[in-house]
Amino acid sequence: MKTPFLKAVLSIVRKDIQIELRSRELVSSMGLFALLSILIFSFALELDRSARQEAISGVLWVTVVFASILGLNRSLAMERDQGNLDAMLLAPIDRVAIFFGKLAGNLVFALVVGLLLLPIMTILYNQNLLQPWLLLVLLLGTFGFATVGTLLAMMTVQTRARESLLPIVMMPVALPVLLAAVRASTNILTETPIADWIAWPQILVVVDIIYLVACYLLFEYVIEE
Amino acid sequence: MTAVQDTPALPTQQAETGGRPRLLVALTIITPLAVLVGLYMALFNARTDIDQGDVQRIFYIHMPAFIGAFVALGGTVIGGIQYLRTRQVKWDTLALAGVEVGIALALVNLITGMVWARPIWNTWWTWDPRLTSEAIMVLTYAAYIMLRQGIENPEQRRRFAAVYGILAFITVIITLVITRIRPDTIHPVVIGPSVQTDMAQGAFEVAATSGVRAALMVNMPVWAILVPITLMWYRIRLENFNQRIQALKMKVLS
Repeated sequence: MKTPFLKAVLSIVRKDIQIELRSRELVSSMGLFALLSILIFSFALELDRSARQEAISGVLWVTVVFASILGLNRSLAMERDQGNLDAMLLAPIDRVAIFFGKLAGNLVFALVVGLLLLPIMTILYNQNLLQPWLLLVLLLGTFGFATVGTLLAMMTVQTRARESLLPIVMMPVALPVLLAAVRASTNILTETPIADWIAWPQILVVVDIIYLVACYLLFEYVIEE
Repeated sequence: MTAVQDTPALPTQQAETGGRPRLLVALTIITPLAVLVGLYMALFNARTDIDQGDVQRIFYIHMPAFIGAFVALGGTVIGGIQYLRTRQVKWDTLALAGVEVGIALALVNLITGMVWARPIWNTWWTWDPRLTSEAIMVLTYAAYIMLRQGIENPEQRRRFAAVYGILAFITVIITLVITRIRPDTIHPVVIGPSVQTDMAQGAFEVAATSGVRAALMVNMPVWAILVPITLMWYRIRLENFNQRIQALKMKVLS
């Protein structure tokens, strides 16, 4: 008797969120990293007013990507180190449910960090980032990272090199997502007419769907023991 | 299961050709000759393009080399899918050979493109969508090789490499179609339909100059089929020998 798919997914998400609420390990380390990163960028770039408009979306997305990588490594290493992965594999659930469960958890944590960054950057960089279109692009972008990231992190935590391998393997595959997201956000922040940049969110949606389907099909080969 | 059971047996009847199958011997002779014929067709037989001059002749190598990379990397996808289905080592060897030959041909494509772009676009490199996506593609396959080196367990290495090899092919498809879906690229589309208006810099008409079509007809199969297949075959043989040596070492040591 298998647990229904949706129930299995939801219970994995609930488990991840419960662990996070008790330990606050992931979001606090990701958040602190993100905060340090935007401070370092603001010193490194010595931004003046006009350069800031161009550079700010790059700063935002680089920070989000590296914070996601940090979180993905922790989130899946935790499953493996504490033997929970084996338990989930033994459980009478659809194996793809593990993928969607971890994906949803990772997406939530990345989104929380991204949403924390927007008001902080609005204050520090003196530019309004709390715009509805930017929120949508943030959602689509983090979804793309979380999708490929969950699949690839599940692979890399099982290897010898572990933490160091994920950025190398994930960055090139995630670059289409990053490019589209940065282009869309830059245009939103410089207040370009919508017709000039609407193609980028559309590309983002297409890339997200392609990655979701590919990762969904490939996931079961990554976790067989 | 020990590695010795996996050892590919060396066929004995191939001794008189230095251990190589006859078809491979034939390919070893035909491919370099065909490359020379292709070069002759491109450099001497085709007439000079009226707009671009002699630099346009790079195209006869440039595009066929990308198609060759596409074929080799397509071999990686086939190898990956077949490995995940059948779990036979030979499919993984095909995938590995495809990646290495694919990277080499993609670099040929990139470097010839840069040499052409210097006079035509007045720059070696520009962050055009097509150029960017191909750079990403090469980096992705470099990461594939890093991933393989990072895994010790051979079964796990083959399985993960198959998964990543299939996923990485998305970047190849993006590179292939991007000039057709993004109208803001300056990369010309010479063959097939396109949405380009006047952005593309350096396009030319295939039918306008005599000998262009013939040079393409020769170079295309040479670079798209003969070169990748010959190189991949040698790479697969090398890998098989390598595995055989490993297996024999294990046997001697045990």
